[in-house]
Amino acid sequence: MDNLQILFAAPIFTLQLLIDGILIGSIFALAAYGMAMVWGVMKIINFAQGEFVILGGFILYSLTRIGLNPFLAIPLVPVVLFVVGWALYQIVIVRIVEKDLFISILATFGIAILLQQLMNQVFGADVQTVDPGLGTWFLFDNAITVLQIKVVSFFVAVVLGALLALFMKKTRLGQAIRATSQDARAARILGVDTNRVYATTFAVNAAICGAAGALVVMTWVIQPFAGLAYTIRSFMIVIIAGLGNVAGVIFAGLGLGAAENFAGFLLGAEFQAAFIFSLLVVILVWRNFELRLQRGYLK
Amino acid sequence: MNITGRKPILYGIILIVSLIAPWLMPAYQTQLAFLWVMVLFALTWDIIGGQMGYNSFGNIVFFGLGMYTTAVVQRNMHFSIEEYVHVAGRVEMLTPVQYLEGLFLGMGLGAVIAVAAAAFLGACILAMGMRGQYFGICTLGLGVAAGELANGWEYIGAGSGLVTPVFPDQLGQRGAFFYYIFFVLAIIAFVTLRKLYAGRFGLAINAIRDDEDKAEAMGIYTTRHKIVAWCISAFFLSLTGGAAGHLIGFIDPTEVAFAGSTFGVWMILMAILGGKGTLWGPVIGAVIFHITQEVFWTYLFGWQRVALGALIVAIVVFFPEGILGWVRERWPERFGYRVEKSQAVSSSGGGAL
Repeated sequence: MDNLQILFAAPIFTLQLLIDGILIGSIFALAAYGMAMVWGVMKIINFAQGEFVILGGFILYSLTRIGLNPFLAIPLVPVVLFVVGWALYQIVIVRIVEKDLFISILATFGIAILLQQLMNQVFGADVQTVDPGLGTWFLFDNAITVLQIKVVSFFVAVVLGALLALFMKKTRLGQAIRATSQDARAARILGVDTNRVYATTFAVNAAICGAAGALVVMTWVIQPFAGLAYTIRSFMIVIIAGLGNVAGVIFAGLGLGAAENFAGFLLGAEFQAAFIFSLLVVILVWRNFELRLQRGYLK
Repeated sequence: MNITGRKPILYGIILIVSLIAPWLMPAYQTQLAFLWVMVLFALTWDIIGGQMGYNSFGNIVFFGLGMYTTAVVQRNMHFSIEEYVHVAGRVEMLTPVQYLEGLFLGMGLGAVIAVAAAAFLGACILAMGMRGQYFGICTLGLGVAAGELANGWEYIGAGSGLVTPVFPDQLGQRGAFFYYIFFVLAIIAFVTLRKLYAGRFGLAINAIRDDEDKAEAMGIYTTRHKIVAWCISAFFLSLTGGAAGHLIGFIDPTEVAFAGSTFGVWMILMAILGGKGTLWGPVIGAVIFHITQEVFWTYLFGWQRVALGALIVAIVVFFPEGILGWVRERWPERFGYRVEKSQAVSSSGGGAL
């Protein structure tokens, strides 16, 4: 807690942490949006979410290793992940989509472990990053530094989120996805091919995560076993926001990014991961407590 | 199983084979000891996961608690902490008496702490009525958070882990010694659970699994039963953890003590593979899984974890009812369910509606 004094001594530093946190939070919100989509439409909590993110990062890393400019390679990553997601749906998810939630959690958790180990074998266990070749902005007499890549990835995340919202609102497929999420049986009766809708949803989710991962590898670092933290973050954001609340997902994502940055600074970097997972427990217990109060009123 | 006549013989054979196994296969003593650890994992998970229907992903917390408590008690009893940290456990050899004192006192204290932790967590989580997937994910968070906290706590060695004292030679072979500890623990756990499942307690937690609201309406103290079930699970797990830490010899916070992505998932998987919600299922599942895992380790070295991941997905997706679950569906009479021909027909007819 020594760092608390620094915050009081130099209030400008608070702004620094806030900016960094919000810029990172946009990426969390992107992955959380995908999780909310799969959860809402297919009633599956995808525990391989974080692994999709990390896989996206590794694909961008490999593409830059063969000489591509990272910014030109970004659009390729979601395409690859879309294919991966589609294949995973056809092999595994199609068999658990109607089963109970425990089976789907465990199965996607198994996929997560499988992907982790595969990435560990293929790309190695080392921490990797991609240098985007951008500079840094110095604001307020150099008191605040903002990495340009963080700003760029913030805007990429915003644009992607907007495109996705547009896709859901305007296209036939987007409408079919929304209809399925409201009532899968009714949608099926009215002629929606729900199987195709599920496959598309899962693949689009993987693609979104891939894009998020491409941004993560440029702004931060990735490591084959770092996926679970992203899954938990996505889950927390969806829980805080509530299913189907897009604006909530955005704000919760940005808030979580900022909160995590502050916690990492105050408690020390070694407790940042502990903070995320403890926060999950606290949020779930708190949410449960509130639900209980509501049930109390009903009685 | 309802084959009363053959039961004592079956138990006798298992007992004798288990007792002489470490002498038949001296090279595999450690692996055999781990076999019983796996059985204990699956049995303890099945209390709340299978019988009560609360799918916990974080039971590994109690394993880690027991492990760390035992190791810390052992360390604080016989060594000065400063010295111990710097030379990583190799200060001086313990006499057998000292070693055993530390081990058993530590295991006892670990069990007390773990049961207290289970009661506290139960009061926070279970008593509030958290259920289903939220309970699963909450416990998952607990498991990982505990590992990360241990990873940052200097007193218990933080990220560089904790080394347990060297096993004194006078006690015989290390593998065999721990083999018998785990064997006795597993037998005690099995007999206790058998007794519990056969009585009111088992019926009550099965009722909670089937329909908690109705169970509560029928007058079962659901909260009390849930917490007690979790405490029993924690009790045996922490004892297992205490001895397992000394068997492994090195306690890493996230890879050994709070190993959510290995032990934590395996315990669920073994119970499912054998058939969750049955007494023998977890035992069978654990044996099969452990052998498979060792075979993978031997023949697919380097890719064994990948193969295990694929196995997890395959079991969960294609075989979720488990071995005993499948057998029970096939021959329900052997499990004491009376099925009459007409009844079976009408019930299947009802299902079609």
